[in-house]
Amino acid sequence: MKGLLKIASVIGLVLSIVPPVLFFLGQIELDSMKLCMGIGMLAWMVTAPFWINRQQEDRGPETEEN
Amino acid sequence: MSSKLFKKIVAETNEYERTPIPDNQLKGNKSFLGMYAGEHTAGTEFVIGPLFVAHGVSAGDLVLGLLLGNLLAVLSWGLITAPIATAKRMTLYYQLERIAGKQVVRWYNLVNALMFCFLAGSMIAVSATAVGIPFNLEMPTLNDWLPRTPGWIVTVLLMGAVITLVAIQGYNQVSKFANVMSPWMILIFIAAGIVGLAQLGVGSAESLISVAKEVIWNGVPLPGMSRFTIWHIIFFAWFCNMAMHIGMSDLTILRYAKSWTSGFSVFAGVYLGHFVAWIASGILYAVFLQANTGSQEFAPGQIAYQTLGIAGAVCVIIAGWTTANPTIYRAGLALQGIFPKVPTWKITAIVGGITSLAACFPALVMKLLDFVALYGLLLMPMGAVIFADFYFADKMGFRSEGALNSKSDFSWPALLSWVLTLGFCLALNFSYGVEIFFLGLPGWFVAVAIFVVLSRMKYPLTNFLAK
Repeated sequence: MKGLLKIASVIGLVLSIVPPVLFFLGQIELDSMKLCMGIGMLAWMVTAPFWINRQQEDRGPETEEN
Repeated sequence: MSSKLFKKIVAETNEYERTPIPDNQLKGNKSFLGMYAGEHTAGTEFVIGPLFVAHGVSAGDLVLGLLLGNLLAVLSWGLITAPIATAKRMTLYYQLERIAGKQVVRWYNLVNALMFCFLAGSMIAVSATAVGIPFNLEMPTLNDWLPRTPGWIVTVLLMGAVITLVAIQGYNQVSKFANVMSPWMILIFIAAGIVGLAQLGVGSAESLISVAKEVIWNGVPLPGMSRFTIWHIIFFAWFCNMAMHIGMSDLTILRYAKSWTSGFSVFAGVYLGHFVAWIASGILYAVFLQANTGSQEFAPGQIAYQTLGIAGAVCVIIAGWTTANPTIYRAGLALQGIFPKVPTWKITAIVGGITSLAACFPALVMKLLDFVALYGLLLMPMGAVIFADFYFADKMGFRSEGALNSKSDFSWPALLSWVLTLGFCLALNFSYGVEIFFLGLPGWFVAVAIFVVLSRMKYPLTNFLAK
C-alpha cells in the first residue's frame, strides 16, 4: 500500500513540473498545463502525508536517524 | 473544535524551554533539511523577488549578489550559530537569561516576540492574497498601509486562526508539515520560473540573457523606488535572516541537532528559497508588469494564480503557512521567557492572535525589505553577546554567563551592548546615510567589543575566583 502511495506522490510531482517544461517547449497550451499542475497538486497532497512522516515514525523516533 | 480534541492536541507539548535537550530527543540532518527547506521557501519569497525587480537591480548584480550573500549566510549558520547551539543545547531565551539576566531578557523577548508576530503576519497577508481569489477579494496595492475591505480582514483572521492551531502543536508538527509540503512547493517555484520565461518570449539561451537583462532585471527602478546595487543584494541575502544566524534565534532550533554540522543543512533552504524562488518570483512579477502596465496591485496570490492556475495560488498559501508556523512558534518561546509559568500552548494562542491582527495591515508586505532588515538589526546585538560570552569569556578574562554566576537578574554589560549598538547603528544611518541593509555588519563587531570590555569590568575572572 505504501508503495502505491509513493508512486502516486511521484506522479503528483511529475505532473507539477513536466507540464511547465512542455509549455516552455510549446508542446502544450497554458490551460492544459494549469489543469495538469492542479491534478499533480492534489495527488501529492492526498498521498504524501501518509508516507513522508510515517516513514520516520516506522523507524522509531527521529533520534534513531543517522 | 471540541475541548477533548483541543486537549489532545496540546497535551503532549514539551519543548524543553528551560532545560537542555536530552540525548534521546536529538535529530539528524534530515530533519533540519526538511525544516529549513520549508521555512526558506516561503510566502515572503513571493514578495522579495518582485521587490528586487521594483528596485531596479540588474540581472548580473542579482545573480552574483545572491550567490555570494547566500554563501555568507550558510557560513554564518554553520560556523557561528550551530557550534554554540549543540554545545549548550538551550533555547536562545534561556541562554540569554543566564548571560544577561531575567530583567534584560524580558525586554529582549518582548521586542523579539513583536518582531516575529509582524513577520508571521506579513506571511499570513501574503497567503490571504491567494485565499481571497475565489471570493473576488479586492487586493492591496503597493501604496496600501491599511486594509481596503472588511473581507480582507475576515480572510486574514480566519487564516491566522488555523495557522495558530497548528503552531500550538509545537516543533514536531511544524517539522512534519514542512517535510510534507516542501518538495512540491520547491517544484512549483521552479515551474513558475519556467512558465514565466516562456510567457516573456524566452526560447533560447541568448534570448534568456537578453530578456533577463532588458525586461526582468533591467536596472531601472519603478517610480518612487530606490535603485539596488550588487551590495544591496549581497547584504540583503546575507542578513535577511540575521536574527536567525548571527542573532542566534536558531539556537532554539539547532539545539536539537546531533552535530554542529547540521547548521550547514540550511544551504538547501537558502539556495532554493533565496536564490531559485527569488529569481522565479521576480520573473512572475515581470510577466505581471508586462501584462498590466502601470498597475499598482501587489498580490502574490493573484500573480501566481494567473500564471500557474490553482497550483500557484495554493503554493502561495502553503508557502506563507510553512514560514508563519515556525515564526509563531518562536514568538511563543520568546514570550515564554517573560511568563514561564503560562503553558506554551496558551502563549502561542496569544501570539497567534496578535499576528493575525498585524496581518490585517498590507504595509507589512509592501515594506517587507525594510522590515526584514530592521527586525534582524534589532535582535542581532544579543546574538553577538552570546557569541562573545561563549568564545571570549576565558580568553579575555571575564566570567561567562555573568548573570547566572553572580546570581543577578540584571546584567549591565549585556543591556548596554544592545542599546549602545543600536545607538551606533542609528547614528551611522542618520549621520552618514548608511542604509539599513548595511548596518548589521559593523553593528555586530561593535556589540562584541562593547560586551567584552564591559564584562571585563563587571565580571573580571580574577575577582570571581578570589571570592
